[in-house]
Amino acid sequence: MSIATPKSRAPGWWRGRTAVIGIPYLWLLAFFLAPFLIVLKYSVSRMGDVTVQDISAVTDGALTVVLKYANFIFILTDGLYFTAYMSSLKYAAVTTLCCLLIGYPFAYFMARAKASLQPTLLMLVMLPFWTSFLLRVYAWKGLLDEGGWVANLLTWLHVDQALLAMNVIEAQGKYMHTSFSLIVGMTYTYLPFMILPLYSNLSKLDLRLLEAAADLGATPWKAFWLITVPLSKAGIIAGSMLVFIPCVGEYVTPELLGGPQTLMIGRVIWDEFFSNNDPPMASAVAVILVLLIVVPLALFNKYQAEAQEARK
Amino acid sequence: MTPPADNAKFLQIKDIVKDFGGYKAVNNVNLDIAKGEIFALLGSSGCGKTTLLRMLAGFETPTSGRIILNGQDLAGLPPYERPLNMMFQSYALFPHLTVWDNIAFGLKRDGLPAAQIGERVEAVLKLVQLGKFAKRKPHQLSGGQQQRVALARSLAKQPQLLLLDEPLGALDKKLREETQIELVNIIEQVGVTCVMVTHDQEEAMTMASRIAVMSEGRFLQVGSPGEIYETPATRFVADFIGNVNLMDGTVEVDEADHVIIGCQDCKHYVGHGITGTLGMPVSVALRPEKIALQREKPDSDFNAVVGTVQELSYFGSYTVYRLKLASGKQLSVSQANITRQRADQFTWGDQVWATWQPNSHVVLTQ
Repeated sequence: MSIATPKSRAPGWWRGRTAVIGIPYLWLLAFFLAPFLIVLKYSVSRMGDVTVQDISAVTDGALTVVLKYANFIFILTDGLYFTAYMSSLKYAAVTTLCCLLIGYPFAYFMARAKASLQPTLLMLVMLPFWTSFLLRVYAWKGLLDEGGWVANLLTWLHVDQALLAMNVIEAQGKYMHTSFSLIVGMTYTYLPFMILPLYSNLSKLDLRLLEAAADLGATPWKAFWLITVPLSKAGIIAGSMLVFIPCVGEYVTPELLGGPQTLMIGRVIWDEFFSNNDPPMASAVAVILVLLIVVPLALFNKYQAEAQEARK
Repeated sequence: MTPPADNAKFLQIKDIVKDFGGYKAVNNVNLDIAKGEIFALLGSSGCGKTTLLRMLAGFETPTSGRIILNGQDLAGLPPYERPLNMMFQSYALFPHLTVWDNIAFGLKRDGLPAAQIGERVEAVLKLVQLGKFAKRKPHQLSGGQQQRVALARSLAKQPQLLLLDEPLGALDKKLREETQIELVNIIEQVGVTCVMVTHDQEEAMTMASRIAVMSEGRFLQVGSPGEIYETPATRFVADFIGNVNLMDGTVEVDEADHVIIGCQDCKHYVGHGITGTLGMPVSVALRPEKIALQREKPDSDFNAVVGTVQELSYFGSYTVYRLKLASGKQLSVSQANITRQRADQFTWGDQVWATWQPNSHVVLTQ
């Protein structure tokens, strides 16, 4: 008589769950980590006459590895790069703030709208994605250029005076190729990325908490500041990251809507690559950009995780 | 100046109607509540009790009628200006604030000086015995502790009126029983007038000094727990509060000092007159604990019925027998187990006589 053995379970690393998580990780490994390592390698390579030289060579049975760090030194000492990094961070920050100021009330009222209306509102937020991003940015060119109706409207409302005072445009009635047009374009492009996480967060808010706040004497405005905003912190953070991170490295919008004033790091990388034909330098600029974003992000995540842990 | 308040009419609910697009959730309700009273609105879900409570809190506006608290008409006052506080069914504690900040929330809105806020928070924390949990967040507390924080928060502002929405609904049975008494003690210690909403009759009976039984937006009966239990006004109330045997019959003898009601299985001798006429159909309500069981046929033909024990549920302190009567109907009888189990205890299939006293029943005409 044979003893029935229990069905052997697949080893731990090959269960359905692992596969589901593993496939996207493989994707990221192949198309994010690997390219980044290549860029990292480029950034410490030397430039030959036409092509990039390999960092290692085997001659006479000896392996020599040559890592050129001069590009990094140059980036750190030349003010141009510093200015470009700073202006990238600045424009990304301003864009994030604009998206938050426009997106928060939008998401708030969307979450409070009648349940039957919400899918429609949600679809309207995503509708712009049906048209190519490039076309939509181009459209802003027409709207903001002299004679464009948005430009006319702004002038008619005397908004240009205020913009001039804020130093985001250079001359009355001229909106294109300024900090203003750049921020308008980026805010427009990234707004949905702010709205969607905020909406998903705000729609989960327990409205009884607002009733409790009112019962305890908080006016609706106070209840909003003391209850709704703190409880939507996670949504604000998620939305801000989704906007801020791609904005820092943004290339297309500054190229189309920005001007000579609005030098951003994406432009610098492009120039190093295609105008100066210096891939190692372009790679070094890109590596520093990644470090600039990833390091604070990682620190922030660590802090969040610790805060979460402390709560348990 | 507000007129001097009448303590017996501390809270007046006058002709209140709440119409939700043609559906009257609360239908012309009148009620006076005295100062210091604990009043319960009791009813099953959808009876309008919560809507009435929410109108008191200001979350719903009455379609018509007035609510007057301590001489002040509450109409037009938003929730945040009403001198009352509510303890929510789900507690609605602010998850991002500590226990201390939750309790201080209302006091800060009143703009009290920090020192005074501190004193009051400490005082209510002591009242609910949560002093050492002040720094915790709500999710770090057990259900019972959260309930006490919610109570402390609603008492911190020393409201004129305390509203409790299913105050113990989220607790398990054992904890609920302990908390009922504790909650009443705290409320009485503070001396606040209290209106609570509950669907749990036991909770209403133990906690409240008066109860209003609600159904379909109306009050069916308002009275002390004893009145509601012993002299229910309608079939619905008799059936809703506790267990009851309801028997339909007609008035056969109608005298000033007694009536006789004939039912399918037995004849009832009721030791008092009723407002009814001969031949009128009535219901007789008989509580299971007011019935005695015996093996021998009793002498009287009235207030007795024979049946076989069909079901038997032993609850420790008492046993519930379900007798099957000749008509096929069931009669519940509960017997206190005042002695330990004996060999001659009734058991399944036994034929037994159930008897009761002339003053045990309630004759219901509606």
